[in-house]
Amino acid sequence: MKKRLSRPVTILTLALAFFFNLSLFAQEIPTDEAAIKAGEALFNGNCKSCHRVKQKLVGPALAGVEDRAPSVAWILGWVRNPAKVIASGDPYAVKIYEEYNKSQMTAFTNYTDEQILSILAYVKAEASKVDAPPPGTTTADNTGGGAGIPSGYLNAILIGLVVILVLLLIILSLIINALKKYLDQKDLTEDEKEVVHSKYTFNTIVKSSGFIFIVIFLVASITFKNVIDGLYSIGIQQNYQPKQPIAFSHKIHAGQYEIECRYCHTGALKGKQANIPSANICMNCHSQIREGTNTGTTEISKIYAAIGFDPATGSYTGKQKPIEWVRIHNLPDLAYFNHAQHNNVGGIECQTCHGPIEEMDVVKQYSLLTMGWCIDCHRKTDVNTKGNEYYDKLLELHNSKKALKVEDIGGLECAKCHY
Amino acid sequence: MTTKTYWKGLPQLKNDPKFVKNADKEFVDLGVQEDAGHSRRDFLKMMGFSVAAASLAACEAPIRKAIPYVSKPLDADPGIPNYYASTYINGGDYCSIVVKVRDGRPIKIDGNSLSKVTMGGTSAQVEASVLSLYDNFRLRGPRVGEKLSDWETIDKEILTKLNEIAAKGGQIRIVSNTILSPSTKAAIEKFKSKYPTTKVVQYDPISYYGITKANQESLGAAIIPSYDFSKAKVIVSVGADFLGTWLSPIEFTKQFAVNREITAEKKEMSRLYAFESNLSLTGANADYRTAIKPSQEGLVVAQLYKLISGSGSTGIDGIKYLEKAAAELKANAGKALVVSGSNDKNVQVVVNAINNLLGSYGTTINTSSPVNFRQGNDEEMTAFVAEATSGKVDGVIFFNCNPVYDHPQGAELGKALKGIALTVSTSTTPDETASSSGYIAADHHYLESWNDAEPKLNSFSLSQPAITPIFKTRQAQESFLVWAGEANTDYFTFVQEYWRSRFFAASGGLDFQSFWDKCLYDGVFEVTATPTSLSFNGNVDSALSAIASTYSASNSGFELVLYETCGLGTGSQANNPLLQELPDPITKATWDHYVTISLSDATELGIDNDAEGRTQLVNITANGKTITVAALVQPGQAKGTLGVALGYGRTQVGLVGKEIGANAYPLLSLGESLGYNVTSGVKIEKTETPFQIAQTQIHQTYMGRANVVQESVLADYLSNPQEWNDKAPKVTSWDKKVLPGTLSLWKGHDYKNHHWGMAVDLNTCTGCGSCVVACNVENNVALVGKQEVINRREMHWLRIDRYYSSEAEVDDFIGMEKASDNPEVVFQPMMCQHCNNAPCETVCPVAATTHSTEGLNQMTYNRCIGTRYCANNCPYKVRRFNWFKYHDNNQFLNANPAMNTDLGRMVLNPDVTVRSRGVMEKCSFCVQRIQSGKLTAKKERRTMKDGEVVTACQAACSTGAILFGDMNDPESKISKVLGIETQYKEVEIDGKKETVIDYGIDKKVTNPRAYRVLEEIGVKPNIFYLTKIRNKDKESNNA
Repeated sequence: MKKRLSRPVTILTLALAFFFNLSLFAQEIPTDEAAIKAGEALFNGNCKSCHRVKQKLVGPALAGVEDRAPSVAWILGWVRNPAKVIASGDPYAVKIYEEYNKSQMTAFTNYTDEQILSILAYVKAEASKVDAPPPGTTTADNTGGGAGIPSGYLNAILIGLVVILVLLLIILSLIINALKKYLDQKDLTEDEKEVVHSKYTFNTIVKSSGFIFIVIFLVASITFKNVIDGLYSIGIQQNYQPKQPIAFSHKIHAGQYEIECRYCHTGALKGKQANIPSANICMNCHSQIREGTNTGTTEISKIYAAIGFDPATGSYTGKQKPIEWVRIHNLPDLAYFNHAQHNNVGGIECQTCHGPIEEMDVVKQYSLLTMGWCIDCHRKTDVNTKGNEYYDKLLELHNSKKALKVEDIGGLECAKCHY
Repeated sequence: MTTKTYWKGLPQLKNDPKFVKNADKEFVDLGVQEDAGHSRRDFLKMMGFSVAAASLAACEAPIRKAIPYVSKPLDADPGIPNYYASTYINGGDYCSIVVKVRDGRPIKIDGNSLSKVTMGGTSAQVEASVLSLYDNFRLRGPRVGEKLSDWETIDKEILTKLNEIAAKGGQIRIVSNTILSPSTKAAIEKFKSKYPTTKVVQYDPISYYGITKANQESLGAAIIPSYDFSKAKVIVSVGADFLGTWLSPIEFTKQFAVNREITAEKKEMSRLYAFESNLSLTGANADYRTAIKPSQEGLVVAQLYKLISGSGSTGIDGIKYLEKAAAELKANAGKALVVSGSNDKNVQVVVNAINNLLGSYGTTINTSSPVNFRQGNDEEMTAFVAEATSGKVDGVIFFNCNPVYDHPQGAELGKALKGIALTVSTSTTPDETASSSGYIAADHHYLESWNDAEPKLNSFSLSQPAITPIFKTRQAQESFLVWAGEANTDYFTFVQEYWRSRFFAASGGLDFQSFWDKCLYDGVFEVTATPTSLSFNGNVDSALSAIASTYSASNSGFELVLYETCGLGTGSQANNPLLQELPDPITKATWDHYVTISLSDATELGIDNDAEGRTQLVNITANGKTITVAALVQPGQAKGTLGVALGYGRTQVGLVGKEIGANAYPLLSLGESLGYNVTSGVKIEKTETPFQIAQTQIHQTYMGRANVVQESVLADYLSNPQEWNDKAPKVTSWDKKVLPGTLSLWKGHDYKNHHWGMAVDLNTCTGCGSCVVACNVENNVALVGKQEVINRREMHWLRIDRYYSSEAEVDDFIGMEKASDNPEVVFQPMMCQHCNNAPCETVCPVAATTHSTEGLNQMTYNRCIGTRYCANNCPYKVRRFNWFKYHDNNQFLNANPAMNTDLGRMVLNPDVTVRSRGVMEKCSFCVQRIQSGKLTAKKERRTMKDGEVVTACQAACSTGAILFGDMNDPESKISKVLGIETQYKEVEIDGKKETVIDYGIDKKVTNPRAYRVLEEIGVKPNIFYLTKIRNKDKESNNA
């Protein structure tokens, strides 16, 4: 009995094993949400600087790559070591290599099959999406915006008020004239006549004590306000937008090409400084892309000059000269700020503090960067405790129905930033 | 509770009115005049201010540049430190280290715990050496005569001269301190094979030739063995300051501390006897100390031999504790160790004989692992000086040594150098020897160099550069290779090839690159070798008879002891202000050179020290040379003896070390081996010139408060460990006397996350001062210079209070003399206590000092307006006020180059603010390290691990006396050491009573040794001290 039972089990097991093996051999691209999500993260972090799904960039558009390439296994090998595939004389590999001016893709040696397949899953999912109309077109007729009273109404109200006031003035002067005429018809003494036809000359007005008081008061208050405003703005450089030695456009790189911020600003997740990228990072793409959208070759040639790259021969000369960027965000030395704490641990987007950087041709300081600005955010922001064991105990001891704010775990203490 | 009288210095002991007047003041009015003139200058200042204010509002902020790497190295991220294992070598001094590098600049040195020699320890000199890298006195390149030159020129000229000498068969000498590096020796061999008339002469400023000689005679090998103090239960030191300066103090301190810890499980500790003339660090830490004269030193050793062996006729009677020591040594044979600091061969032979009788060879002394720290040969050096003066030498290369300064015949040598055809120095600075040499082939600083070292036989370590060479210097070894005409002169490849052929071949297995990377990463490499033990075979009798003829039990004249200080050492780092401003562990003097003299001798000579360190200059004559230094009355100094430190009186030195003291090296006795004790012909003559020594000893004194230092005797402690708890000071409540902690005005705090705390073990703290220097470097603490120390304005966040204590009654002068004869010493590191009920916080009018949710007392510099109320209200006197702008201020250019020169500024820690004038500062518990440790944990999405945050002082402490950690974590080391028990409390949550863990300020500490300083005032510090236990017998306590 036992034996009989075990046989179907064995067969089933074998069948299952075969099935799974088969699927492994075929290396099917997964379709589940999790894989697509993981793939998206990997794609954005690593591939996006050269590839788009539907657009040709440094490298080919990836939509349909799974059908185009000889096999999925071929893609796996290619991603891990393109040089090897090309060297093996694989005809498809050589074809792409020639097509893209003999520029080779970066090897991602450490990627697992699963990871590469998840990227393909994302590409597939993304490719199958119908192009959505660009945001904004559907709401184009919605002029004005924002909450509260639409600005159109506000203008109308203002204009209305002005018209009413002008009408009032006209009516009042008409009444005065009418009253004067009425009084003139009566018998008036000389004194009374003088009152009715008193001469408000320019001199009498200017010399009147009321006028002098008003003028002095206005001048004094405006000066006072300006001085106070001026004093408060010492050291504040909001909207500081200096000219940089290279006219680098974030609008093109981060906006149009959607290159992930941390692809260049490598330190943001690691430590104190987000890092201004070194020229060798620029060269990852610009060894190939030698002409810019806005400025042609003038600006890109400055990178070449800095790193000592000869575009004519495509080789490095060894003569290097660092690029002296102008620092935009200047915190005083007494304040300690760490990008990793905010970006990595807190999970705060770069744009929260740096503004719509992807729309800036020339970067400016978007935020105030005053202590009040920091504190305000520490009061309002929930601590990103999810999946972080460090906060477990604090969360457990947080006896409140309200969310755990940065303030609640000592985020307003002096020695968190000043030491 | 201890009831002894503790005093910080003689003025306190004798209740000097000047001392009493100022004792209770945080800020003492010493009548310091800061130009009181008004009128024109003030007018100009006011005008300047208004112009500045107007222009400040008008102008834009300055444009600041940010310059990234052109091609960023993979492992270098701006803002994130990198750590490199390396090796500190200074002469024969050795320490395996880890260098912290921020943005390409070494900024801090820590010990390398992988090293079996130094075991992660460091010393003040090692910690300070990072600033020597940025010394403005360093040479910018090679020099020909007085002129800066280039390597091509200097090589050409030197090679021409070398060839001329070689052609006529002239003599070439390479003079050096101990060379620890085998690769360097190999490079010198290459040079020697090119110029066969070359001879290498090694000498050491502090010579150990007597020991080498004695071992040659009695063990059959000219070696210095390894000592292991951790295996010794009874240690006798006759003039060997092994905790401070003798041979390998970092290693010995580490070993010594192992047997000094007392825990609930470990109830035994070693016992240390010291017989010495100066009060040294070892004597200060000894359980029994006897002051002896240097002329008795040999006889004391002979007597010890007599007592242990029962034979021999030489000796001396009436030395206190000597018989007791002998009996205990005998009883603990195999677990005993006798060391002597004498450089007299005969004394060392007898010491060897004693150790042989005690069975120390093979137990506490390891002859199969001899040390290489001191390979100097005094006879060869003396011979060299004779050759040089008689014109028999044609060329001499001084390899990183300075004999013109630090050899007793330096002056003669300096004169002789002018007559020698080729004189080259490889010094990093134009020091005394280099500036009298024709050429200076300036070497890299050790932090810029590749090198290796063999501190002990078969223990190796590597040095790697932590920074690109700052100047156009060249590694000395490379110079040797160039002059030897080698094809490949790159010293890095040379070291690598040396290691490949010597070690890699033997180790086998891995490929060379992995082997090399592993060694470089670890910093150390060990070779296993079969032990070859030596046995004692000396002639004790002849040594004894030699001792009998040279030493005398009753010498009436003054005697001189020349010694090294923990800070300045041999004087090679004299231009390092960190070491100059480090208070000497014993005398607490900074920036000064002095002669230590006993109170009775001083009284006889009419020398008087007042509370502010005012004293007189004295002339000291020995061996026909006279120097003039200030006199410092030192408790514990043997009567009739004078102690003078070496390492001062540098003449060719930078701005920092200029004009400090006198050079005492010429006073040394010449002989077979150099003599550091001068027993005859010593004269002292008082002059009427007044002098003020910048001593910190009576700064920051607690007034009549009792409960500062706690100590006990081992036997007493073991019989009643709870003694402290029983006798703790009590305060009166409305109905009864209660412990001070139970009453409070304050609500306390809830530390839900971390509760940082520290435990300082007074038992293992030796007072060496490396923590002080480490704290200075880590926290950008300003150095203020001699005058400001005199004005009591030193900025050290961490100080080591040194207390003397004695049982004698101090009613009259005789009593005082007795008390200061041979006092006991306690060292107590004192820094901000991070009080839970901090008195400073309540008095600050602008809330610049506040409490954190993790138990820290925070100091916010940018908020401080300088009222100084906090410092006045601090019971521990640990707050420091910035009386001046110490940075970018030419007034402090000499004392504080780290904040006043472009080169010096490179050492500053970028994570810590440089404070400005008019703000208060104090120990922050290294909050920058806490924050960075927390961030690392958060980034890795985990809870913190114990030991992840280490304060700078803790890292520097070789003995582990300072322990920092989270007292909320029951598994942390500090919780275990203090015996913290988790407490619970009842709270109401949603109307229900629940028992939860109490994260309040009152931790239940069960370690009976733990106490808080000034517990009775109820400020509840987060720093606990562990009572000092002396390993003394009960009865002697009352003797």
